[in-house]
Amino acid sequence: MATKLTQSNRAGWLFALPGFGLIAMFIILPFFFAFWLSLTNQRLISPNPTEFVGLQNYQEMLSLAVVTLEPERDDAGEIIRDENGAAEYPRVRSITRSDDYPQYDGMREWFRWQSGDDARVVIASDVVFWKALTNTLLFVLVVAPTQAAFALGLALLINQRLRGINVFRAIYFMPVVVSIVVVSLLWRFIYDGQDGLLNAVLGFLSFGLFEGHDWLGDPDTALGSIMAMSIWQAVGFHMVIWLAGLQTISPTLYEAAAIEGSSKWQTFRYVTWPGLRNTAVLILIVITMQSFALFAQIDVMTNGGPLDSTQTMVFQAVERGYGKQDISGGSTISVILFLLVLTISLIQRYLTRER
Amino acid sequence: MNRLTAGALVAYAATAGAAMAQTEVTMWYHGAGNEVESNILNGIVEDFNAAQSDWTVVVESFPQQSYNDSVVAAALAGNLPCILDVDGPIMPNWAWSGYMQPLNIDESLIEDFLPGTLGMWDGELYSVGLWDAAVALYARESTLEELDLRRPTLEEPWTGEEFMAALEAAKASGNYDYALDLGMNDQGEWYPYAFLPFLWSHGGSLVDRESYTTAEGALNGEAGLEFGEWWASLFEEGYAPGTSEDPADQQTGFIDGSFAFQWNGNWRAVATMEEVDDVIFLPAPDFGAGNYIGGGSWQFGISESCPTPEGANAFIEHALQDEYLAAFSDGIGLIPSTPSAAQMTENYAEGGPLAVFFDLSDEQAQLRPVTPGYVVQSKVFTKALADIANGADPADTLDAAVDEIDSDIEANQGYGHE
Repeated sequence: MATKLTQSNRAGWLFALPGFGLIAMFIILPFFFAFWLSLTNQRLISPNPTEFVGLQNYQEMLSLAVVTLEPERDDAGEIIRDENGAAEYPRVRSITRSDDYPQYDGMREWFRWQSGDDARVVIASDVVFWKALTNTLLFVLVVAPTQAAFALGLALLINQRLRGINVFRAIYFMPVVVSIVVVSLLWRFIYDGQDGLLNAVLGFLSFGLFEGHDWLGDPDTALGSIMAMSIWQAVGFHMVIWLAGLQTISPTLYEAAAIEGSSKWQTFRYVTWPGLRNTAVLILIVITMQSFALFAQIDVMTNGGPLDSTQTMVFQAVERGYGKQDISGGSTISVILFLLVLTISLIQRYLTRER
Repeated sequence: MNRLTAGALVAYAATAGAAMAQTEVTMWYHGAGNEVESNILNGIVEDFNAAQSDWTVVVESFPQQSYNDSVVAAALAGNLPCILDVDGPIMPNWAWSGYMQPLNIDESLIEDFLPGTLGMWDGELYSVGLWDAAVALYARESTLEELDLRRPTLEEPWTGEEFMAALEAAKASGNYDYALDLGMNDQGEWYPYAFLPFLWSHGGSLVDRESYTTAEGALNGEAGLEFGEWWASLFEEGYAPGTSEDPADQQTGFIDGSFAFQWNGNWRAVATMEEVDDVIFLPAPDFGAGNYIGGGSWQFGISESCPTPEGANAFIEHALQDEYLAAFSDGIGLIPSTPSAAQMTENYAEGGPLAVFFDLSDEQAQLRPVTPGYVVQSKVFTKALADIANGADPADTLDAAVDEIDSDIEANQGYGHE
């Protein structure tokens, strides 16, 4: 293989050249740029010279610490409790803004848990980054399997010889060809807390029992709302890929299965699914990568809010690089995101390898 | 060839010849999509191009939302136009970065200009505005009567308590969806522009205005925390709609009567007066440290890379005439930059419905922090206020904002402030 790839294959290399060239110029080269910039203090526009700062950007972004807060006690040593019986703790800012603890300077609470009477607080120097990271991972974890499953379901539905099936194919595919910015704007109206379509429909279906909910304004539902909308928007695209996979499966296999008297489920399990193996790998990797790149929906619908519940890695990279003119900070996020996606893709490849 | 085409050819050659003699001066403007604004600007450009034979100004308009990004991207690519339209508080950043040059215009032209319309950085004039903007508390006279409220004046504005009592009265009346609309859906420059005055009025500040090297104690000091608690209460008590407010509802809410009061810019004043007969524009409440409004709006400046600064300066000098200032004011309700232009307008002439704002802008407008770091500080402040409105703890949020501002100033080696 290796010899054939490198020798006597001039035409092959020639054909690959435009693709390789573009990938090198717009993906590989910028990545090395980003990696270099993340080691400097490069600003977007600034008269100050750029300086090499080593791993300082990574350190500022990633540093975490756990502090233990002991509950406040009165003179008798009893724990002071509020009316609900919850112990009262000193404020985190009494530690992070105190001269006694210079190592925690500039850090802020990310989350806390209870351990006996004490509270353990995870503090981070860049809470927004950590929230963006966890939101992005959560988004990928939910969207990748759900979207793939829905797309497969739709593909199975429309892979039938029925009259007018093309109408359905077109309808399911339509959201894909509409710009994501337009789709996001429309869904903002749908999710509107005052008189949005979703609230109206839910109110109608529940005979007025449903009072209306501010979907994007509530930190608990904002990310979920964006997930639902994102799944709906791109499901058609993956449906078409599944459909292509379905149509490569030879009809003779189905005929043989029918003769053997296989049930519908058995046909799917032992004929269709094995035949879709390569398609499944492709779809999983593509959705994973697309989900990590979540940006436009956030930019149009929530700006990362409310309370950072919809911050994502790419949104933060753009916000820092362009909005706050901190190119080195934006690059640092990009590099971390790249390594993350690369690792996950390699793991996926390994798990789904041909055995 | 018949005579008609020959005539057309001659005419064509003549216009082409005239155009050749004039050197092109490019200009970018932020008002794409606003027809009234574009028409006035195009009128100025046409007048200028016709009035002299050396220069011809060509305008390109951008939507306001993406305007600043476009300029920064163009600056990096070396494609800046000659004449730049720049938002007042952003100017120091561009000037510090070396993308703008000081103006070279006749000083007598700007003698009478409102202080907020002159963009000074490092002791030099970099930009000048044809107007200033002001923010006011929109209300109806009938609302004040119905709720039995004293009408605040410039000399005697509402105190913080009176203001909160007014909100409570509006809420208790049950006639309104919300007592106060703040325009929380517009998470852009509106936040610092509209809400910094509240912070100032509490005695706080976004950064230390003496040194510009830290926000510690200014934003999260006692006054800052008091402001933060007050800000949180507006949303906790349900006086004001939060960040997820529908933009359409926000636009029409006051006119429809869903809001008792609205904190809004006077660029909406003309449109509102057309719909609401008894609208009145009340001054900002005084929370103890004076009452302020934000100053400094969009201004004209010249890029460093401009090959023909003479032409650009000539255009800006031309645009500073009173009749144009008055035209912009009549068109979109902004405050004309000079008293003489104010007399020529419908709203700001003596006895006009908005005349009071000319004085307010003259005396009480305060500029947002004049520092290159403002670009970042503005974003940090916006996020902090949105977070507090959504229920974040005011003290922790303001602390985090201070940390971010301070580390940004440090990363930029103090932004040139000594």
